[in-house]
Amino acid sequence: MSAAIEETFGGAGRRAFALPSGGIWRNGLYAAGTWLLAAAVTYGLPDVITWGATALFAAVTLVGAGLFLALSLTVHRLGRFGRTLVHYGPWFIVLGLWLAGWEVLTAKLGWLPKPFFSPPQGLLHVYVTDWERLLVCVAYTGRLWGLGFFSGILAGFAGGVALGWSKRFAYWGMPLLKLIGPVPASAWIPCTFFLFPTTFHASIFLVALASGIPVAILTAAGVAQVNRAYYDVARTLGADNRFLIFKVAIPAALPNVFVGVFMGLYYSFAVLVVAEMLGAKFGLGWYLQFNTAYSAYANVYAALIVMALICAGLVRLLFVLRDQLLGWQKGIL
Amino acid sequence: MSLAFAEAKPASSIALDIEGVAHRYDLDGRDLEVLDDVSLSLAPGEFVALLGPSGCGKSTLLRLAAGLEIPTTGRVLEDGRPIAAPDPDRILVFQDATLFPWRTVRANIATGLEARGLIREREYRIDEVLKLVKLEGFADFYPHQLSGGMAQRAALARALVNDPKLLLLDEPFGKLDSLTRLRMQNELLDLWKSAGFTALLVTHDVEEALLLADRVIVLSDRPAAIVAEVRVGQPHPRRRDDPDLVALRRSLLEKLGISHDV
Repeated sequence: MSAAIEETFGGAGRRAFALPSGGIWRNGLYAAGTWLLAAAVTYGLPDVITWGATALFAAVTLVGAGLFLALSLTVHRLGRFGRTLVHYGPWFIVLGLWLAGWEVLTAKLGWLPKPFFSPPQGLLHVYVTDWERLLVCVAYTGRLWGLGFFSGILAGFAGGVALGWSKRFAYWGMPLLKLIGPVPASAWIPCTFFLFPTTFHASIFLVALASGIPVAILTAAGVAQVNRAYYDVARTLGADNRFLIFKVAIPAALPNVFVGVFMGLYYSFAVLVVAEMLGAKFGLGWYLQFNTAYSAYANVYAALIVMALICAGLVRLLFVLRDQLLGWQKGIL
Repeated sequence: MSLAFAEAKPASSIALDIEGVAHRYDLDGRDLEVLDDVSLSLAPGEFVALLGPSGCGKSTLLRLAAGLEIPTTGRVLEDGRPIAAPDPDRILVFQDATLFPWRTVRANIATGLEARGLIREREYRIDEVLKLVKLEGFADFYPHQLSGGMAQRAALARALVNDPKLLLLDEPFGKLDSLTRLRMQNELLDLWKSAGFTALLVTHDVEEALLLADRVIVLSDRPAAIVAEVRVGQPHPRRRDDPDLVALRRSLLEKLGISHDV
């Protein structure tokens, strides 16, 4: 039924933007214009200081402009993907303006000077020349983050359920959790060196801790807040403790758990830099520190953008998973 | 009479005996006495209504009968055996439907069978009770998609699928609009007649008690004690303008201490 509605709405929306200008996506046209402007500024005006990939960046924005020009005529033949593009049309326009402005302020006028700022072609230069190292760093960070994050949220979830369910666990556990919670990750470094056999294990521990603590706190709160009437109902229907925990307490607390997982995801990214201070040879956090030390800020920005994109992608995935598991909440939220 | 009932429907209902029950709660170190020496017997298959001012401890009596709590003094017995723990033979239906919001109507109804590991053998019962409460088309809906009446029907179905021998109803229609309430009262009556369970209904609606129950018991304000007991002989379906019922209604309201206002 909802698919049918989507079809109808999609169809109506398509007509709405297609008819007035004879099948032309106007925002796409504007986006092509702003991107062309960025290309023209980059190629046409002289650089204050020379940067590596000026011509390449101009070419990239030119290709972008051409793409939008082509899309402005064909976007309504692309179905769902096309509708998504249309939705973000204004963003594409502003992105072109942003690139042009950034270009002018850095490379063309020098108001935002080297080495603190870098024009877009500076970042592009980093991606073109250092992509191999960046890819290796992404892989290393992925391994560390994956092991740390997933072990962290698993432990945090299990601990949170125990804390929320059992009064005795809560008596001993909650004060500890409140003490441990606010301690910054770097303060753990001396202990972790002693406790773990390798620095890699210590790094995993730091990431796990950062992602596990918010999950534990929110899971515990969620389980403890479950409406007592649900337990009464389940008990009169013949439920044992196992059923109460797994079929009542946990599903009821799941919205809270997800808030914790979202927070854990952000914290885990924030702690990567610290975690990779511990004798890492590669990794995005290591890359950031290494290049900051050499004032290679273009590399720093380039790596930051990669990190931000990865984090945003993971958040998006988590939203998809949440909508799968918490579909029953629609209409409540 | 109770013997005759027991022989007619041996498996589908139980006798409930409440013997000298007093109950108190400990609220921040302060004793709150909610029940004071209540004795009450329900024959198998009987429909009894408990009438009393709100907050008088009626609901506590139901919780004791469900086995969710153990009385401070006195005994609560099912067929002569003390009730020590909740059991799917005795099911409580609350004023709020308290459906599990993360489960569809079907999954909500399946909860009892699932918890007892009977889901494989008795899954067909789910469709039967869905039909019984007229929710066939809503099996895959989530609770937030249901109206109040539908949610309360689903809660009834969730109880009935377990074939309870004692149905404890805690103001089940208290939050429904008056038209839905009338319809649901009739439906409950039909279900009781066909399934044959013993029913104990808590309500503060005098009319509801008189329309449904074989016996109406009036409780005093907290700590609750029984102040009156009225047997209602009229056969079902009862008309609410039946002169005998109108007279009973007046006398019950008097016993509840609100005769002058009505």
